[in-house]
Amino acid sequence: MRAGKWLRKRAVMIFAGIVIAYTLIPIAIIVWFSFNDPSGKYNYTWEGATLEHWQNAFGLPELNDALLTSLRLALLATLISTVIGTLMALALVRYQFFGRRSANFLIVVPMATPEIVMGASLLSMFLVYGITLGFQTLLIAHVMFCISFVVVTVRSRLIGFDRSIEEAAQDLGANPFITFWRVTLPLILPGIVAGALLAFALSVDDFIVSNFNSGTIVTFPIFIYGAFQRGIPVEVNVIATMMFILTLGAMAFAVWQQSRAAKLASVRPPQEGEALVPVPAGGAAAG
Amino acid sequence: MTTLRRRLVPYFLLFPGTFWLVVFFVLPMYFMARLSLDTGTLETGFRFKWQWSNYTDALSLYDSQFLRSFYYAGAATLIALVISYPLAYAIAFQAGRWKNALLFIVVAPFFITYLIRTLAWETILSDQSPLLDVLRSLGLVSSDGRLLATSGAVIAGLTYNFLPFMVLPIYASLERIDPGLIEAAKDLYASTWAAFRRVTLPLSAPGVVAGSLLTFIPAAGDYVNAFFLGSTNNHMIGNAIQGLYLTQRDYPAAASLSFVLMALILLAVFIYIRFAGSEALMGEEARRA
Repeated sequence: MRAGKWLRKRAVMIFAGIVIAYTLIPIAIIVWFSFNDPSGKYNYTWEGATLEHWQNAFGLPELNDALLTSLRLALLATLISTVIGTLMALALVRYQFFGRRSANFLIVVPMATPEIVMGASLLSMFLVYGITLGFQTLLIAHVMFCISFVVVTVRSRLIGFDRSIEEAAQDLGANPFITFWRVTLPLILPGIVAGALLAFALSVDDFIVSNFNSGTIVTFPIFIYGAFQRGIPVEVNVIATMMFILTLGAMAFAVWQQSRAAKLASVRPPQEGEALVPVPAGGAAAG
Repeated sequence: MTTLRRRLVPYFLLFPGTFWLVVFFVLPMYFMARLSLDTGTLETGFRFKWQWSNYTDALSLYDSQFLRSFYYAGAATLIALVISYPLAYAIAFQAGRWKNALLFIVVAPFFITYLIRTLAWETILSDQSPLLDVLRSLGLVSSDGRLLATSGAVIAGLTYNFLPFMVLPIYASLERIDPGLIEAAKDLYASTWAAFRRVTLPLSAPGVVAGSLLTFIPAAGDYVNAFFLGSTNNHMIGNAIQGLYLTQRDYPAAASLSFVLMALILLAVFIYIRFAGSEALMGEEARRA
């Protein structure tokens, strides 16, 4: 009877625990199999531990090339989509203008379109014009699907922005450009960084759109797809594990930074949706 | 002069992004539509001829792949919903100071490349896996039965890969609910279950709708899970489109298939929103009554 009550009270938590385990098991397997020592070419059964593949992580030239291509592509796509997306977000939040609704619509639709349709239609256009597929077409495609996500991320930061700070800067004689550079930009920077990180992650991870528009260029996901039939090298697991740890580290750093910023800003409790920024004690008195 | 300049500012800001999206997202749709009505082969070249038969051919040749795509994506969405709701509920209402850590774990799979995540399921479901041994000894799988290369494997992969898309919107909508509303229901002698069914559930409906769409749309167009975890008998429409575009190079057929896929997904989304919308509305009425 008592046990039954205990179980009923915690049923949701127990179920959640099982789902969490389900979420983590495949990740654990990827990490675990990066230490595998398969005798054949397939890395699907555990055959004994070795550090060999960790020592040889960057010893496969083909894989290295794919990684470098992915990195180069993601950096460029992130840079371009972050700049373009931030400008769009500024326009959409700060101005009332004719065509605003259509612009919003244009940003939402790519996020709701299946990747395969985006990839296939872009390829169709390149085919009609006889454009050779390669790094440029990949870059075009990656910027295209990143823009919307940058706009949405930056926009959510801009919405809670206290514009009286800008007015104060202008009252003190700053021209619009200096106001933007020295006041607005630093304040919305967390949003821009979040958008850029999201764009980078989307680009590195993308397979379907890339598969259609890559030509002979091989990115990291395309390498994995191509290696599937002939057996995926254990080094892929090693690199996936490294990327996982790196992302965890970056996330932990971001959380630590935010909590530090929150502490600095604690003089004035942040409004909902507002960027967490340090506000000097003198400024807080006005608010 | 200055007012004119002021009014033009948003257009300048919007121009680069709008240009990119129009030229590389909207315009390609037109070219795909045109390509889908071409006739010819790769050798003879393709010519535009209003070849509507491409569509009827595509539908009759690939009807089983279409059905499978919607069946797999629908099943994956449903399973993800059943799994995600209690998890999102636990994170929103019962996790306390573990909330952020749990959210972190929910998105952790995204830190591993999509294709490698899918390959992990290949290991879990493989013919030598301990899971298969357990299921066989329990008699749930016959002694020569397999887990890999089945519909179940593809659905499992799809469910796992898109699970965070389901959990996060549901969590966000649950998080926004004012706990006072649930307390009020209980003060008015609603049982825990009745309060959940008539207050919490209707208020979280927008999250359920968003999560379902975010899971269903990418799942229906996916071909990675079917390629890695299924046999050719489990191929989805994405596999057909990819093969036609990149291997057989029958572009008109491939383009018409893509168009039909997009139309069917839009239709499914539209029907779902109408259905789910009225459902949410009923919840609203129930709450007022």
